[in-house]
Amino acid sequence: MFPVREDLLRVMPELIWCGFGVLVMLFQPFVRSRQFFTFLALLGSALGTISAVGISRYGGTAFGGLIQADSFSFFFHLLIGLVVFLVILAAGPYLDRERLALPEFYALVFFATAGMGILASAQELLTAFIGLELSSISSYVLAGYRRDSLKSSESSLKYFLLGSFATAFFLYGIALVYGATGSTNLSRMAEADPAQNLLRLGFSLILIGLGFKVAAAPFQIWTPDVYEGAPTPVTALFSAGPKAAAFALLLRIFISVPAATQYWFWAFWVLAVLTMFAGNLGALVQSNVKRMLAYSSIAHAGYILVAFAAVTFLAQEGRAAAAPAYAAILFYLLSYALVKLGAFTIVSQFGGEGEKHLSLDDYAGLGQRQPVAAAALGLFLLSLLGLPVTAGFFGKFYIFKAAVNSHLIWLAILMAINSVIGAYYYLRVIVVMYMRDPSAEVAATTPMRFPLSVNLVLAIAAIGTILFGVLPNPVLNFVLQPTLLGR
Amino acid sequence: MPHGGHLLSVLIFFPAVCSLALLMLRPEDHEWIRRLTFGISIIEFIFSLFLLRNLPVGPSGFRAEEFSRWISVPPINYHLGADGISIFLVILTTFLTLISVLASWKSISHRVKEFFVTLLMLEVGVIGVFFSLDLFLFFLFWEVMLIPMALLIGIWGHERRIYAAVKFVLYTMAGSILMLVGIIWLYNSTGTFDLPTIQQALQSGELTLAPRTEMILFLAFFVAFAIKVPLFPLHTWLPDAHVEAPTAGSVILAGVLLKLGTYGMLRFCLPLFPAAAHRAAPWVATLAIIGIIYGALVALVQPNLKKLVAYSSVSHLGFVVLGIFAFQNVSMQGAVFQMLAHGISTGGLFLLVGMLYDRRHTFEISEYGGLATPMPCLAAFFLFVALSSLGLPMLNGFVGEYLILLGTYQVHWNWAAWAATGVILSACYLLWSYQRVFFGEITRDKNRTLPDTSAREKWILVTMAVVTLWMGIGSAFFTRRFSDACQNVIDQMNRPNSAYEAVVPAKPTAPIEIPGAGRDKTSLERVGAR
Repeated sequence: MFPVREDLLRVMPELIWCGFGVLVMLFQPFVRSRQFFTFLALLGSALGTISAVGISRYGGTAFGGLIQADSFSFFFHLLIGLVVFLVILAAGPYLDRERLALPEFYALVFFATAGMGILASAQELLTAFIGLELSSISSYVLAGYRRDSLKSSESSLKYFLLGSFATAFFLYGIALVYGATGSTNLSRMAEADPAQNLLRLGFSLILIGLGFKVAAAPFQIWTPDVYEGAPTPVTALFSAGPKAAAFALLLRIFISVPAATQYWFWAFWVLAVLTMFAGNLGALVQSNVKRMLAYSSIAHAGYILVAFAAVTFLAQEGRAAAAPAYAAILFYLLSYALVKLGAFTIVSQFGGEGEKHLSLDDYAGLGQRQPVAAAALGLFLLSLLGLPVTAGFFGKFYIFKAAVNSHLIWLAILMAINSVIGAYYYLRVIVVMYMRDPSAEVAATTPMRFPLSVNLVLAIAAIGTILFGVLPNPVLNFVLQPTLLGR
Repeated sequence: MPHGGHLLSVLIFFPAVCSLALLMLRPEDHEWIRRLTFGISIIEFIFSLFLLRNLPVGPSGFRAEEFSRWISVPPINYHLGADGISIFLVILTTFLTLISVLASWKSISHRVKEFFVTLLMLEVGVIGVFFSLDLFLFFLFWEVMLIPMALLIGIWGHERRIYAAVKFVLYTMAGSILMLVGIIWLYNSTGTFDLPTIQQALQSGELTLAPRTEMILFLAFFVAFAIKVPLFPLHTWLPDAHVEAPTAGSVILAGVLLKLGTYGMLRFCLPLFPAAAHRAAPWVATLAIIGIIYGALVALVQPNLKKLVAYSSVSHLGFVVLGIFAFQNVSMQGAVFQMLAHGISTGGLFLLVGMLYDRRHTFEISEYGGLATPMPCLAAFFLFVALSSLGLPMLNGFVGEYLILLGTYQVHWNWAAWAATGVILSACYLLWSYQRVFFGEITRDKNRTLPDTSAREKWILVTMAVVTLWMGIGSAFFTRRFSDACQNVIDQMNRPNSAYEAVVPAKPTAPIEIPGAGRDKTSLERVGAR
């Protein structure tokens, strides 16, 4: 059976991303120019993202129900495409500074992106597994991309070992689900009796596998080390891309499973609380900004899981009732991705050669020395903290609303407490930047001039953060449309 | 927008737009930055005086209302409106911002541009809070205001500024996030964030909150406001914030920011959750009275002059809370008047303490003594402001405290009796500290040669003194304009089928029934016009 034209259009982004990945590798032996590869990478990521229009135009299933092209996957393709475009834009100067090879990096990023794309639109669990493996294996290599750095190698190895373990859980979960329902297709699973223990066990194993990917406690142990050790642009990618993709798959699975939600609701409730506290309490004691942001990623995964608890609770009354809750997740992921990308990009610049300047003390007095960059970082941190006029505020607001809607008052209150804990460590960075004088050593160095592409990334992230914080309507209306998830 | 143009929007965003212009100036041009900010704040002040004109009443019963849709899901609207209470609080804000700009002329010498931009942004947030009629918008401005104030304390403050700034933010944020949960809960039961609409639904009986729910919601709002006021025992951030803040920061903090808490109680806690407010009133009043006496006693033993003024704020704001929770028109008018008077007189005290600090760089009372000899003019003004703060008749502090005690006495004579001790104590701590600072022998040689007030300082102090005197003598000018608004709050607390009456049988002295029962209908009609 040869795939029809529509089927190809429905996976066009993945095809383009993979194609460009191969193209980059093919050109590598022949072309020396770094600019050429950067251009190729930017072109590829942009083309792939634009081709996602095909997903929205030709909605439906592809390849006999393996792939679902709907507004939901369209949204995630745009999000992942944007993330990858910005990561490539910011990575160029970083790789130059660290004297690392470009082509392999871009190729790996492309394969990881394709994997994330598949995750976002998979309607069948084995397809999802392929997407997961594609993105994970590329990620393992990317984490260790600074070969001469011990931390980077540690990061890679840790990610690989724990990641494979999690993948095994995921795969075993698929096997059990198949055993219980006789199918790995999500749409067919909807008809199965949700009360079977085998099915429950299968889904819990899948939840563990994906919980690892999104850094949900108690599967979050790897996160700080991997995020800290990986090259910072890769960390930016990790915190935004694979996480969004894994959340997309998780959402699709748990929306598709029929109303066995009471059970899952409690699972998400516990996961959310554990994750929020693990992230925030961990971040509280960090003196390394990169590591602090890694812990904050865990905390934010916790906030998103709060919305998951709301989704599973509301889904008992049908998918339509849960719509505002999963719209909250989508909006949150967008705002969060922008902010985290911006923050990590600034960290990668301030880190200097070999990423030496990552401690909080290195940020002292930046408000005076580099007012624009400090203001941008301040904006991103305030958005992470969830202050108004930033996208993060609306993200958090919609999650709060979803939680209160589902009468999860305690969860909302725990989330409020966590927001206050979060306020402390985000503000600490702002305090250090603006209210402390720079150390003599830092003051002696000349202020950094950021490369143009980095400034572009920061501008896009900052404008997006403010724009979605003032006018969230367009995104909201999109994620709230009733036909977001295809049947 | 059919009514009153866009005066309120202009008032909110004029400083924000102008601060962009300020950002264009070179950072070294200190003099021009100061002049431009001064010009901006004078224009803003004049704009705010337009509020006193007879502005048209909008469909929700507020003046100069503005309404436009902002976010579709959930329906969040840009809904602004002013009433007698917010009008004066906004004028107080613009006035004190103007004074703060003048007061920071010499004392702020590093990062001048950032300082004035921050000050103007703070003004934006505060005015926005006062005018918001949409709960969401209110919360938004409430949070926006936090960062400029924290920066003012944290960048331009004194030694322990960072500690104070972080403490300030964490306290406020802890309260406000609970308030956010409350706001969302309220939205879930009403389907709107619009305050007048919710009010109307509650009042017409379309929507009834179960007593327990109402109490939880009341607390969610009340704790946020009580932290801001600050009500004992949530006041511990205040002395730190005040002592570490620069003079302008202290003036705005004491003059305006604390009033946001009491304003919030008047605007939200009472009208939306009357039954819960009635049930909580004895507790709140107890805390307020403890605050009055405790604040005064701590002020009495303070060796630090600025901390003394800060604790006097705790004491004075206790009066305001007491006046609000007596649920009497008179006491509420007194509370509003006291908010304004406290803004002027405590603002004045902070200015004077700041002027002393500019000269000697210390707040320790023991470092001063006999200052009346080298600086008679400053001493005279200090005495004048101290007298107004302790409530001398003819000056502004008296009117508010008197009205509060009068109104409270009508329903709870014992509350009034306890609170009245605060008046006596305030005379003790203010006069005693005045004596130690300005009279007696000059004990430190440095104090012999201190310069008296400069022309700029004289202008500031004369303005403050004139306002103080005017508020004391012409208090009717103010009360006339906000008595309706206070009555309105009491009317709104009156529910046809109040859950309060169902749960707690109404006592004969229950204040809910005393004044203006007949006016209930008119206010309903006004609100019902929406």
